[in-house]
Amino acid sequence: MGKGVVNKLTDSINEDLFQFAEYNEEEAKRGGYSNYSYWRSTWQVFIKNRLAVFLLTLMAVILVFTIIQPYLPNQKSPTEIHINPETRLPLANNSPSSEHWFGTNSIGQDLWSRIWNGSRTSLMIGITVGIWEAVIGITVGAMWGYIRWLDRPMTEIYNVINNIPKTIILVLMTYIMKPSLYTMIIAMGLTSWIDMARFVRNLTVIIRDREYNLASKCLGTPTRRIIAKNLLPYLVSVIMLTIALSIPQTIGYEVFLTYIGLGLPVSIPSLGNLINEGRSLMMVASQRYQLIFPSIVISIITISFYMMGNVFSDAADPKNHV
Amino acid sequence: MLKYSIKRLLQSLLTLFIIVTVVFLLMRLLPEEGYFGASYEKLDENQREAILTNMGLRDPMHKQLIGFYKDLLNGDLGKSITFRPKVPVLDIIKDKVPYSLYFGLGAIGISLLLGVSLGIAMARNKNKFWDKLGTGYVVFIRAVPAAVYFLFLQLYVTGIFKLPMLFDIDKPKTWILPVISMSLGGIASYAMWMRRYMVDELNKDYVKLARAKGLKSKQIMVKHVFRNAFVPMAQYLPSAILFTIAGSIYIESLYSIPGMGGLLVEVIKRQDNTLVQALVLVYSSIGIVGLFLGDILMALFDPRINLQKKGGAR
Repeated sequence: MGKGVVNKLTDSINEDLFQFAEYNEEEAKRGGYSNYSYWRSTWQVFIKNRLAVFLLTLMAVILVFTIIQPYLPNQKSPTEIHINPETRLPLANNSPSSEHWFGTNSIGQDLWSRIWNGSRTSLMIGITVGIWEAVIGITVGAMWGYIRWLDRPMTEIYNVINNIPKTIILVLMTYIMKPSLYTMIIAMGLTSWIDMARFVRNLTVIIRDREYNLASKCLGTPTRRIIAKNLLPYLVSVIMLTIALSIPQTIGYEVFLTYIGLGLPVSIPSLGNLINEGRSLMMVASQRYQLIFPSIVISIITISFYMMGNVFSDAADPKNHV
Repeated sequence: MLKYSIKRLLQSLLTLFIIVTVVFLLMRLLPEEGYFGASYEKLDENQREAILTNMGLRDPMHKQLIGFYKDLLNGDLGKSITFRPKVPVLDIIKDKVPYSLYFGLGAIGISLLLGVSLGIAMARNKNKFWDKLGTGYVVFIRAVPAAVYFLFLQLYVTGIFKLPMLFDIDKPKTWILPVISMSLGGIASYAMWMRRYMVDELNKDYVKLARAKGLKSKQIMVKHVFRNAFVPMAQYLPSAILFTIAGSIYIESLYSIPGMGGLLVEVIKRQDNTLVQALVLVYSSIGIVGLFLGDILMALFDPRINLQKKGGAR
């Protein structure tokens, strides 16, 4: 029928209107649009802090170095006992030299490779436990805070877990499994999440009844989505800080466990082990290097994480974004 | 308030019961070698059985548990089995508590005084020299393991001031260094929290009003800001004071102080069931009571805080 009419309509279409528009920042700003991205702004604020960037680089270098160190040329095995070829005795307690950069320990093992090996072990424990703590702690904590009927039973569970000495659990774990890296990680992971959960719970309780959450609820948003989209973004900065702090805390706790005799066996070097070995030689001035070197490494690692955590949590707070 | 307190303390009794029972059962889960220590190899199977039966470990579990609670209700915490065999647990604890208590209270006194003053100084000079110095101190103390800086302190400070390295009850000089080392951590955390709360409070409207009224900065600080900033800290105080009896494991072993530090760890490793149960009972009661007293103290400091639940409010 109206073939001509259709033709007419096609004729009247302005082809230009169906072209993709080029993104123009100036034009976009005029319309009130901002290409704000939360994580990018966080990152921008973070890299403005020169100290934090320096520590981040340092940490990355240390991490990479602990991993590739054994594969570098001329590295000694951390467990090999070096023998003096003339006397046929172990090279015990040798001061730092060109052969052994950090000296040797009381049975003649090379301290340089022991320290990097130990840092790798300790960092692995710290990071694994830190991530585990964050995942379980935040999930449980957010549910504990948001779901009302969970509050009473969870508080009781918290009281019980918090008051059972961790040492009993650790002793029990080392009996059930052999003392190894994994025993250590599992034993620490078993108990450490509850404090994180408590912390997240308190923060959640403070903001769960704000109007925007009530509105969300009225609109029928499922609980899971309210927790993930309404509550957690508010908590990013504090949660980041606690995670960054939990890594040095875990390393410090490992030192403590070794001190009370529940740490890793001496055959697996860790910073806790090395510090503990060094402590026993502290009274002899010429052998003090055996405590000082591991202490310096552990302090650099923990201070870096602490400072980075602080700067990052400032950066993650949208109030500080431009 | 009274009704609230009674209700809360009764609830705590149940929690306490669960904790002690769980610990009781956990201790029985540990392998039996632990009860013999080094002499395990020297004994044959029959001797071991005889010793275990003698300790009452061959009785059925529920019988052991009921026996334990019966004694507990009569105020008898039992006798130590492996740590100092046949000595009543209470006597062991009674000998050790005073040392830890004196050192702990001294440390809390010093850290409160110095930590709170440092925190106030940091908040008043925000981003200036004092603030940066204080932050540096806080970072250092939190990041370096206590085991390391305690050791260096003991080594170098005793060297500089010609102090003896080990604790001696009759020489007052030997008390100084352990107390100072113990308070370093406390100073850092009090300063950190005090600064945080002070800075938050200083931005509030009532401070502006007080300024507008013409009050001097010092008056505002002491009368208004300090009181409000101290409220959240008040909650931790009773627990901290009560927990001084637990002692510091590092300090006490470094200076050979015969206190409570490390006792719990030691008896867990030696599987001294009665002593472990007694200590867990004591420590968890302290924890629960400390938390409760903290709430009460907070309500005393800040009359707006109401612990009882009213209708309407959650």
